[in-house]
Amino acid sequence: MSISLFYLIAFLSIFFSVMVIFSKNPIHSVLYLIITFFTFTIHYILLNAQFLAIVNFIVYMGAIMVLFLFLLMLLNLNEDSEPMKSNLLKIAGVIAGMSLLITLVGSLKSLHISDPVILQTQDLGLVKNLGKVLFSEFLLPFEVSSILLLVAMVGAVLLAKKDTKRI
Amino acid sequence: MELSFIIEKFILITVIFLVSLGIAAYSTLAERKIAGYLQDRVGPNRAGPGGMFQPLADGLKMFMKEEIIPADANRFLFIAGPSLALLTACIGSAVIPWGQDMVIGDRIIPLQVTDINVGILYIFGVVSLGVYGLMIGGWASNNKFSLMGAIRAASQNISYEIPMGLSIIALLLVTNTLSLKEISEMQHGGNWNILYQPLGFLIFMVCSFAETNRTPFDLPECETELVGGYHTEYSGFKMGAFMFAEYLNMFVASAVMSTLYFGGYNYPGMDYVNGLVGPIIGPLIGMAVLFAKVFAFIFFFMWVRWTVPRFRYDQLMNLGWKVLIPLAIANIVITGIWITIYDKL
Amino acid sequence: MESLSNRKKVLDQKPMNFWERLYLPAIFQGMAITFKHMFKKKETIFYPEVEREFSENWRGLHSLKRDEQGRERCTACGLCALSCPAEAITMIAAERQKGEENLYREEKYAAVYEINMLRCIFCGLCEEACPKEAIYLDGPIVKSDYLRKDFIYGKDKLVEEPLKS
Repeated sequence: MSISLFYLIAFLSIFFSVMVIFSKNPIHSVLYLIITFFTFTIHYILLNAQFLAIVNFIVYMGAIMVLFLFLLMLLNLNEDSEPMKSNLLKIAGVIAGMSLLITLVGSLKSLHISDPVILQTQDLGLVKNLGKVLFSEFLLPFEVSSILLLVAMVGAVLLAKKDTKRI
Repeated sequence: MELSFIIEKFILITVIFLVSLGIAAYSTLAERKIAGYLQDRVGPNRAGPGGMFQPLADGLKMFMKEEIIPADANRFLFIAGPSLALLTACIGSAVIPWGQDMVIGDRIIPLQVTDINVGILYIFGVVSLGVYGLMIGGWASNNKFSLMGAIRAASQNISYEIPMGLSIIALLLVTNTLSLKEISEMQHGGNWNILYQPLGFLIFMVCSFAETNRTPFDLPECETELVGGYHTEYSGFKMGAFMFAEYLNMFVASAVMSTLYFGGYNYPGMDYVNGLVGPIIGPLIGMAVLFAKVFAFIFFFMWVRWTVPRFRYDQLMNLGWKVLIPLAIANIVITGIWITIYDKL
Repeated sequence: MESLSNRKKVLDQKPMNFWERLYLPAIFQGMAITFKHMFKKKETIFYPEVEREFSENWRGLHSLKRDEQGRERCTACGLCALSCPAEAITMIAAERQKGEENLYREEKYAAVYEINMLRCIFCGLCEEACPKEAIYLDGPIVKSDYLRKDFIYGKDKLVEEPLKS
């Protein structure tokens, strides 16, 4: 049952992420992206990673996408107000997309079929195990990433603050 | 999964759903009654004895009203907004433990829909999802006031989620678990978390006022500035759905506060009473106690609404970012130090 | 500048102290006040069942008076309609026929007398203008209704009950 559920959810997440790209209205894109993240949450639950699922739910759906939506609502993105894209940009976009496609195709080569649902250790995603692993084995990357976040926060504050000396 | 399990859960879910809907409906009456009493009036008293059937009359009125969808509105999202608001308000009560396990014969029936081990975070996530209904509804109305209301709702909810989360972290340092069931069991015997986390409770309460868009933080719908905020363009049943979602949110927030900080279904002398009445009636008494706490909180919500005037928008943001977040962080640090010292002794 | 009235007061706004800046004491104070009001006597008057007392010079619904013998006093002179600032009063006069002396006091009477209660501002000028003391604004509050036409009160609603002998 869970295998078929996995395929259904996987299909839905691919479908909605395709819809993100193809919908014309940017607000609709963001809403499709939210649904995509929701399907990711279901994937995490299927993997028995409750903590990751709920954190994905809170952080991506509840906070980041709200900010995205917030910004897009403030912008006036009508079709006629959108500036014409130059040919150079189009060519650059095509090249970037092609390189991504080649990378994806190349990575397909090293793909092998795995059991999509059942993990080796069942309770890996629960809070206690995750915390133990994070604070013993992966302590250094964890702390480094938290410092990175702090730096980003300070940077954001600096950017938002007006420079009174220069003006 | 056996059949009896499914039936059991189905009954529990239905009962909780209907009860929370009933409480939300009667909250509208209670709000008006309390507003009346606080202002030396008596409130609505015509429909039925003492105004008992007022919610039914209001609901009927909502159904009968004309449903207006603005010509330039996005029809799908316009309808999706209130539906989403109602949905997110309903699913919050899934992880709240309503009572101790009920023992009938040799079957143990937990009075909780599901005990996931990240219960608090689940509620937190549902609350953070609640703002989408408001945002989508406000944006789809294609109205400046609605958009302003939606934007206010979004920024307010994001701002107040942070101190709320931080105050929960301090609570987790005390309880060592994320499961609401275990937190409830831990508070057995007058061992309520409010005694350990008074500051955390204050922050949590202020934030839950902001998250449920209740006065003094009801800026997304403030009538004097934004006509009706995000539901300016709404009418009839969709308007009712938004209102209903607000009252449901209030109910869930009250239940969460009672469970996290005020002992949930625990009450003094619980073991003695349970010994007297047995394992079927005992949990029901606990449930009644929890509901009494919830009603007290709902009354508090309303009492504050009819006392404290609305904040100005910059005051709201100042309070959130410059007062509550530093306070919450300080609370975490103090709690951490206190626990370390307590463990050493 | 020198104050002319010498009543000028300089208001010094002290910066709030710590407790005042917390706002919480003030909020609790306010909540205590509202809580006390829950137990105060309610001011509500349950209107259709209980009516509040009106003052002596209260002006309510109009009534067209009868004299001591139960005859209508109005002679349809039109002064009330003329004096009415809201133009709420209309009437059609008719001549009294033989045998109607016990119905109408004067030789002319109002066959139709209508007041539009939606226009009327209850100023009482009709009362003052009437030379026959036929109209008084001494009735109750005008009832609400659903249709505009129901607010045009005819003689059936305005004329006093006939005397009971």
